[in-house]
Amino acid sequence: MSSAPSTYENLAGRAKRKLTARGFSEGAVKWICFTCAFVSVLTTFGIITVLITQSAPFFRQVPIFSFFFGTEWAPTREPASFGVLPLVTGTLMITVGAGLIAVPIGLLNAIFLSEYASAKVRGILKPALEILAGIPTVVYGYFGLFFVTPLLKHVLPDIQASNAASGAIVVGIMILPLVSSLCEDALTAVPRALREGAYGLGATKREVTAKIVVPAALSGVMASFILALSRALGETMAVTLAAGSNPNLTFNPAKSIETMTAYIVSTAKGDAPTGTIKYQSLFAVGITLFLFTMLMNMVAQRLVKKFRQVYS
Amino acid sequence: MSFLEPSAHRRRRAFKDNVFKYLCYASASVGVILLLVFLVKMYLDGRERLSLHFIKDSLSARPARTGIWEAVVGSFYVMLLTGLIAVPVGIAAAIYLEEFNRRKTRFVAFIQLNIANLSGVPSIVYGLLGLAVFVRWMNLQQSILAGALTMSLLILPMVIIVTQEALKAVPSTYREGSLALGSTQWQAIRHQVLPSASPGILTGIILAISRAVGETAPLIVVGAASYVTTLPKGLGDKYTVLPIQIFDWAGEARKGFNDAAASAIVVLIVALLALNSVAIVLRARARKKLSM
Repeated sequence: MSSAPSTYENLAGRAKRKLTARGFSEGAVKWICFTCAFVSVLTTFGIITVLITQSAPFFRQVPIFSFFFGTEWAPTREPASFGVLPLVTGTLMITVGAGLIAVPIGLLNAIFLSEYASAKVRGILKPALEILAGIPTVVYGYFGLFFVTPLLKHVLPDIQASNAASGAIVVGIMILPLVSSLCEDALTAVPRALREGAYGLGATKREVTAKIVVPAALSGVMASFILALSRALGETMAVTLAAGSNPNLTFNPAKSIETMTAYIVSTAKGDAPTGTIKYQSLFAVGITLFLFTMLMNMVAQRLVKKFRQVYS
Repeated sequence: MSFLEPSAHRRRRAFKDNVFKYLCYASASVGVILLLVFLVKMYLDGRERLSLHFIKDSLSARPARTGIWEAVVGSFYVMLLTGLIAVPVGIAAAIYLEEFNRRKTRFVAFIQLNIANLSGVPSIVYGLLGLAVFVRWMNLQQSILAGALTMSLLILPMVIIVTQEALKAVPSTYREGSLALGSTQWQAIRHQVLPSASPGILTGIILAISRAVGETAPLIVVGAASYVTTLPKGLGDKYTVLPIQIFDWAGEARKGFNDAAASAIVVLIVALLALNSVAIVLRARARKKLSM
């Protein structure tokens, strides 16, 4: 990125060195802008500090081992039990289920947009996806509860009113636009010469797409999957409504479950006073969630970086 | 069989090609179909209650009589306050990163990475930050100010990123021309760069704010009420917002409330679509202008 100073920077530098009123106000503006940029650093620092300091008292009462490997989550019972596994499996069920829906459809969608669609069709599809992406997540929750679950009832008659399957389906729909637009970016970045070379050798369109373009864009495509899954992991309102708030350690998609995010929302809603273990448990679950998403985002960033190096 | 006919191998490839093509077509139509199903379902569920009265009436514990006025006003105030906080801070931060540091230093790269990371943090974690810092530590309680501050932090990365994109799109000849005429760097930014980037910035800001309007989880964590009967008058007042009402009513056992939730969803989606279409028009105009 760094290059020799341009004309622009030389001129700007000269203006700055003048010790005039102009030069002074110039410096003030720069400092204000710097302070604002620094807010983002403070936010990160704040998130990490808050999560650590507020959950520390929790981990003094509940050993870390029994938190991460305990199989029962019953924070309101006497004596309370804080094993986070049911929440983790609940979250993973939603994430995996959403991925099973959004990944294949999103990828094919992106292939259609970048390889097949005419400008006119793109002009309809892209805004439709953008609107879908702009619908508030709580609306997806309503949709899961009153549209997807009644539909699922035809297939599985003894399905619960809120269940993991409908949660996974609506979250899958929710992250579909994200997968599709990020994948499309990755696919369109593949140089034309690669496609034309393959056509020149007599490959069909499917062969060019599946054997040349997608493999060439693979790290970008994978990054988009991971980013979308990390969005699914942190999704809150849709899963609280559609998947429920019953911490069951189960892999049955017809059962009601509770995700980490759903626990935080339903507990915070009932006002947890400071200093109680209930309040501290919010942050313990929060830090678990934060670590999961951070890890996924870091992997995605690595992949994107690798991808950029290849084609730029 | 003549030798001009395609071989079995050739036909199999052509067949696979067709299957793949139709799979792509089908996947692409999924998005549009879902959107239509969505909108129709919401309209059908919500249509009965939908009226101007529904918007203007107070919240009520009785499903047949309830309106959404307090929630509409609350959402509007949260949106306004969030915008007032996040927009200036976000634009200034973007100016620092894009204009005052044209040569990317290591520190700028660090801030940049940090912003990218922040945009991936789940919204509910921002809620926890707001709960510990604004609600408890700064003792703002469950006030509308605490909610707006939390929301500002949430949309800040998005505002910074879109503003940076808009600033990047301004040709550097604009800056050089201005500096050559003897302006300072800030004067060049203020009078040349910002005006030509403004449609792009505005588009991004509208999209960021519409995200804040639809967002629910962090506000629940920082204590937005689910049932208030008074309108917020000051920064320290209790408040509720539309998505929280929807969440509450959708989870109710009484059918009347579920239908009220659908009506509220229709109102919310219409408002968001209006915001988004303004953004799309602005973006189209910005593209035209800069490509001239």
